Amino acid sequence: MGELAAFIILACVTLIPAVVVVTSGNIVRSALSLIPTFLGVTGLYILLHAEFVAGIQILIYAGAITVLILFVIMLTAGGTGTRIRQVNEQVPLGAMAAVWLGFLILLVIFRTRWPYTATPAPQYNVASIGTAFLTDYVLIFEVTSLVLLVSLIGAIIVARREE
Amino acid sequence: MHVGLTHYLVVSTILFCIGLYGVLTRRNAVAILMGIELMLNASNINLVAFNRYLAPGAVGGQTFALVIITLAACEAAVGLALVMAAYRSLETIHVDEINVMKW
Repeated sequence: MGELAAFIILACVTLIPAVVVVTSGNIVRSALSLIPTFLGVTGLYILLHAEFVAGIQILIYAGAITVLILFVIMLTAGGTGTRIRQVNEQVPLGAMAAVWLGFLILLVIFRTRWPYTATPAPQYNVASIGTAFLTDYVLIFEVTSLVLLVSLIGAIIVARREE
Repeated sequence: MHVGLTHYLVVSTILFCIGLYGVLTRRNAVAILMGIELMLNASNINLVAFNRYLAPGAVGGQTFALVIITLAACEAAVGLALVMAAYRSLETIHVDEINVMKW
């Protein structure tokens, strides 16, 4: 019962600011509403016994990405005014597409018989994540680090002021 | 009532559709990137929930969630750098006004 209450609260903390993110006419308010959304997702991770992913989520999403987005909003002054129209003319079409896709996915979710296994209480599994990264998933780990390096160098070059 | 896999999948579906709506309807390039972040978060919830309920002994789902978080950081960095470059040369970040290939 307590788990269900925690889940419902975290789902509301996640979804209500997410609606504000996509509908608010003030872009700074949208960016700040990302923070409770990310924190709610962090809570869901903790509820799922994925503490390490939760910590990384706070560090990278709530810490780094939100600050990066706010910096870019401040640096591009032309798009931030509240009198500027923030949505294009596709609002009915976009809402229709989102609702239709959501209906389809929910239909699939409720009609699939998931192969549940007996769930023992998972151990605190940071060590097993590290072991998996350096044994089974070492190729993914290395390629991801390469992608990170290349994309950060590329971002610096793209954003640099040309002489 | 017990919290099961379906609850998490429903929440992640709703979050994904909210992000999709944002991507489709926003004019501001930064807001479109915010919608993409919401969609990536929804996929991460899916991965971790499947890991917890369908393969509780493995850590594959959490591993891939960490990889996706890293790639989301890459995507945000490159995307926002592109927004800065577009703003510098075109003086706008509204994607329906950026309609030239070369200026």
